[in-house]
Amino acid sequence: MAIINNKSPEKDRRKFIKTAGFITGGIVLTSALKPFKIMVFAAKEPEGEGPWYGIGIDIEKCIGCGNCASSCKQENDVPEEPFYFRSWVEKYTIMENEEVIVQAPNGGIDGFDQDVENEDIMKSFFVPKMCNHCHKSPCVQVCPVGATFDSPDGVVLVDQEYCIGCRYCIQACPYGCRYIHPEKKVVDKCTLCYHRIVKGLPPACMDVCPTGARIFGDLRDKKGDLHKFIKKHNCHVLKSHLNTGSKLYYNGLNQEVR
Amino acid sequence: MPLQIKRLLIVFAIVIGLFLVLRHFLIPESFGEEGHYRFLAIAENAALEAKYQGEESCKECHNDIVELKLEGLHDVISCESCHGPAHLHNISEESEDILKPGGRDFCGKCHSLNTARSDDYVLQIDIEEHNKGKNCVKCHNPHEPWQ
Repeated sequence: MAIINNKSPEKDRRKFIKTAGFITGGIVLTSALKPFKIMVFAAKEPEGEGPWYGIGIDIEKCIGCGNCASSCKQENDVPEEPFYFRSWVEKYTIMENEEVIVQAPNGGIDGFDQDVENEDIMKSFFVPKMCNHCHKSPCVQVCPVGATFDSPDGVVLVDQEYCIGCRYCIQACPYGCRYIHPEKKVVDKCTLCYHRIVKGLPPACMDVCPTGARIFGDLRDKKGDLHKFIKKHNCHVLKSHLNTGSKLYYNGLNQEVR
Repeated sequence: MPLQIKRLLIVFAIVIGLFLVLRHFLIPESFGEEGHYRFLAIAENAALEAKYQGEESCKECHNDIVELKLEGLHDVISCESCHGPAHLHNISEESEDILKPGGRDFCGKCHSLNTARSDDYVLQIDIEEHNKGKNCVKCHNPHEPWQ
């Protein structure tokens, strides 16, 4: 009995080479049409004039005093309870056995104790956190009424008169930077101290930082401090894979930081 | 045009007209001027009062202490970092909300030994051992810590 087989291995190979050729050629052609660019900044500045604010945080400089967190509460009337924060500090401790401990007792306002032995610690550092003032903010995109928005100067603000308190943005923010104000019953978040920066004052957290670990500035100003900071250091943004267009640039960000 | 279509058109016109009128009253002033938000909200956010007033405002009355501080190791630290926001004090001198903190817990927030702190940016001491029980400010003047 003869085995009937129309396909010869020769034809299969030709077909394979043909398809592979098309695919590779296609990729090369498309990349020539639109070349891949290195992304230096997580968010590309939009066209326009005036400042476009961003933030820089130098993790090496943070000594975990918690001044930023407490001044933020005082400046912006954030409720005192230890679970309402616009700005807070986390302490990361990476142990020799590769266990990672993250602590933020009262957002760092009362300072940090060290409760593990020096010998067991591989690495330990503080990470100040606040709103990332993303350019492609998930929180802005999900607001059903347009009560939170990206201002023309790149600050994500909340219209507390218009907010309906649906909490959708709290779920959407991947950085956990929003909370419902217990008295106003509307959402509250870091405004980069908008009322201060428009008057030429630095945000409260940056005003009181004893080591200058935080800076803010105009990303359009190529000679400005923030641009220099990003130029000098290898900066990363948090959760870059989410493509939120974060404008909070960290120097010395460990990959364990979430 | 058949009668039933005419009637339908009238109903449609009334519904669309009502929608437009309602929309006019429901959409707040300045909504949509720059984007899908109330443009006036920016001005409302900007109008809030600043509570931390900055070192310049302290200088107006306490220039001597500010100058003293600027010569020492605490030069880069703003007055309000330790003393708290000055807005009420600037309105009335009698206001008692200016903090004068001291003590081992307060100083320890920056200066106690902690592996997470870099030696490059802060001097650290073993707060458990160093002159037990004494208030730091008895020996160290916070405005000129090493005198």
